[in-house]
Amino acid sequence: MRKIEVIQNILEANEAIASQNQRLLDEHKVFAVNIMSSPGAGKTSLILQTIAKLKNKLRIAVVEGDVASTLDAERVKNEAVAVVQITTRNMSENCALIANMISHALESLPLEDIDLLLIENVGNLICPSEFILGEHRRVVISSLPEGDDKPTKYPMIFADADAVIINKLDLLPYLDFDILAFRHAAEGLNAKVKFFELSCKTGMGIENWCSWLLNEVETNARKIISKGG
Amino acid sequence: MHELGITESIVNIAVDKAKEAQASKITKINLVVGELSGFVPDCIEFYFDFLSKDSIAEGATLHFELTPAQFRCRSCSTVFRPQDTIWTCPKCQSQSVEITKGRELYIESIEAK
Repeated sequence: MRKIEVIQNILEANEAIASQNQRLLDEHKVFAVNIMSSPGAGKTSLILQTIAKLKNKLRIAVVEGDVASTLDAERVKNEAVAVVQITTRNMSENCALIANMISHALESLPLEDIDLLLIENVGNLICPSEFILGEHRRVVISSLPEGDDKPTKYPMIFADADAVIINKLDLLPYLDFDILAFRHAAEGLNAKVKFFELSCKTGMGIENWCSWLLNEVETNARKIISKGG
Repeated sequence: MHELGITESIVNIAVDKAKEAQASKITKINLVVGELSGFVPDCIEFYFDFLSKDSIAEGATLHFELTPAQFRCRSCSTVFRPQDTIWTCPKCQSQSVEITKGRELYIESIEAK
């Protein structure tokens, strides 16, 4: 009997594929955003609003991750440059999106014709936080009906987010959602996070979110060009 | 359910490392799992029995070392162990902290014949 030292990160394989994805995206100057939330928080609605606002400035494609169905892909297919649906129910690897699934999706996307890739993760606040995909930014949506305790209950997904969107702001008069307490809890573990308070239904606040996103896309493109990419 | 893919990686890494060391049978896999990582040891064990079947890892015991969460206060740099969901720094009461331990997920070593 002997002991063999290993010290190997179990997520290493996923992380290696994620880096490959990001290299491929950078080569084609595609900026990728991983959008995560619980089911029903408004990921698809945010994607539709974002495309409506930015489609004259950016060529936008979408990857839809769902456990089952192509309903979300149907909703966005007429708006985006291209849509790929990933259905995780039939995959043995995982319930949420993992880097390998994105790697396959990238093969079927016209990367030359895309500036921004919006990846809609599977509705879930736990699994997506463990798996990076090769994205440039991680965005978490929380909606008012879910309650203001989500950053306390699911801290990890908020700890790694670049931006947190508080959606369904039009419902604020009807719900006991303490926006300050929510922001305070999310900021506690993540000092650099940006917040956007908006309503995908009324369009309130969409402008702010879209100008931040546009700026992120353009800044990244300049960075790639200055590196000689 | 995301433990399935993870367990598959555990089996693959352990089998590769054992073969590299010319071992023929893995008896134990020592894993380090952080308290804040979203992985549940019971689920990993459940999938392991199934995924290691007919491999040199079949029948191996999984040993989990759970690393407790550890935070560092961004205001006064105090390092502390959070109590449940209360992240307040015990020294200066600041609620702005960074995670220093508790998100680990790795194979520390394997024992083999």
